[in-house]
Amino acid sequence: MIDILRSEWTKIRSVRSTVWTLAVTALLMLGIAALIGAAAKGSADGPVPGEQAVMLGLTGTMFASLSMATLGVLVISSEYRTGGIRTSLMAVPKRLRLLTGKIVVFTAVALVVCTVASAASLAVALAITQPPSLDMGAVVKAAVGGGLYLTACGLFGLGLGTLVRHTPGAIVTAIALMLVLPQLTSALPGQWGDTVSDYFTTNAGQQIVLPRADNPLGPWSGLGVYLAWVAAAMISGAVLLRRRDA
Amino acid sequence: MTAIRATNLSKRYGGTLAVADLSFEVEPGQVTGFLGPNGAGKSTTMRMILGLDRPSSGSVLVDGRPYEELRHPLRKVGALLDAKAVHGGRSAYNHLLAIAQSNGLPAARVDEVLETVGLREVRRRRVGGFSLGMSQRLGIAAALLGDPEILIFDEPVNGLDPDGILWIRTLMRDLAAQGRTVFVSSHLMSEMAQTADHLIVIGKGRLIADTSVREFIGRSSQGYVRVRSPRLAEVAELVKVGDLHPDHLRVTAMSTLEIGTLTARAGIPLEELTYVQPSLEAAYMELTKDSLEFTS
Repeated sequence: MIDILRSEWTKIRSVRSTVWTLAVTALLMLGIAALIGAAAKGSADGPVPGEQAVMLGLTGTMFASLSMATLGVLVISSEYRTGGIRTSLMAVPKRLRLLTGKIVVFTAVALVVCTVASAASLAVALAITQPPSLDMGAVVKAAVGGGLYLTACGLFGLGLGTLVRHTPGAIVTAIALMLVLPQLTSALPGQWGDTVSDYFTTNAGQQIVLPRADNPLGPWSGLGVYLAWVAAAMISGAVLLRRRDA
Repeated sequence: MTAIRATNLSKRYGGTLAVADLSFEVEPGQVTGFLGPNGAGKSTTMRMILGLDRPSSGSVLVDGRPYEELRHPLRKVGALLDAKAVHGGRSAYNHLLAIAQSNGLPAARVDEVLETVGLREVRRRRVGGFSLGMSQRLGIAAALLGDPEILIFDEPVNGLDPDGILWIRTLMRDLAAQGRTVFVSSHLMSEMAQTADHLIVIGKGRLIADTSVREFIGRSSQGYVRVRSPRLAEVAELVKVGDLHPDHLRVTAMSTLEIGTLTARAGIPLEELTYVQPSLEAAYMELTKDSLEFTS
């Protein structure tokens, strides 16, 4: 397995799309934190409360989630686009081992980059808003939460990429499931509709970064629900990867 | 030990039977040509050998085992299916490094194979900018990484210039001479006649012939002697068994020595006296004409 991890690490670090999507992710996080932070500071009557400042710092996750999903998609779909998947499967014919290698390497890269980007965005937002009091525990929790949430978004993309195999198709599916449908579910009627909306992909997952008071899910249970969605996509992709001709 | 053994191998895509009940064996120490018209099922068969496509029925074993069960498959089998199937953004070195690492091969091996295929100078260049000839060399470098006993090449000379064709031909002969198994597909008989020792011919997914090249030549069309002379009519009268064409005489029943002796005795000058090899292409066309998917 260590051989496969080494190989996947070489693959992910040796293409420009990795560097670009990770850079875009970090820039979105930092840029939006700075922008929103400055806007909040300017429009606030008094000092910006610490709790709000932390949330401002992570506003960028809404958009960074898509760039991470794109990277997740590309990790596998670029191999289907080029035909390189056949070379990979000739080298590692046990297909689930290949997918596991991709998941492990991607998760490690995403966790490091996204946690650092979240921490830096929080620092930017806090530096701009200068809240009077600050719970450092909450800041650390937010940085870790941002890293976990964005990594989960990337894994969602990787699962969808494995399932769909086609880059544009997988990215459109990711946007639909992570951005469009979560909004639309709020229009569902009744108690049942509210529950679907609360548990729907990023509506649940965002509880760990930008919690909504009207969602009964807590930060960790929300992330758990989101990870279940990610797992569903990944498992469907894995089943098809095993079954389909390459 | 038989390197590759296909047993009643079939592959169905929807309603089409791409490979139908195909059984054959590929032996080490020789170049085995896998011949058939476009769409005959050659690539599908190769993908099944490599565990990429699952057979609808039947089986194919590599060194006695299904490909998936090889622990470090690249140390046993090296294959080149599609030279352009690489991520264009990666350098030649990193492309090969990722493949090498997956099978626990040392990075030094990457430099060795780059040297072998003559790509050492461009090792840091992105492969997206490679010409077809360079891509083909890169694909062969990947196939050679694990120093495998079995090599599988799918149409390796397609689109190559004469230099490249000669290089690949020599390489395949060398690999077979080292005792390795070389299994190479082509839709050109002329190409195989110059490279292969053994032929497996398929058409419409079915086995048409499984024979040595020599046998195939002998069994197919006959050779003949072409005679040209300013006094062609007299030659024709002399040899009797010839077939007179406007500018030459074709003789199948006599050797060049016999004809030459006859005409020399008669004092008839000759412009040309040549033994013409049987046309493999013609024999091959004859053999596969019923199994062509499209005819013009």
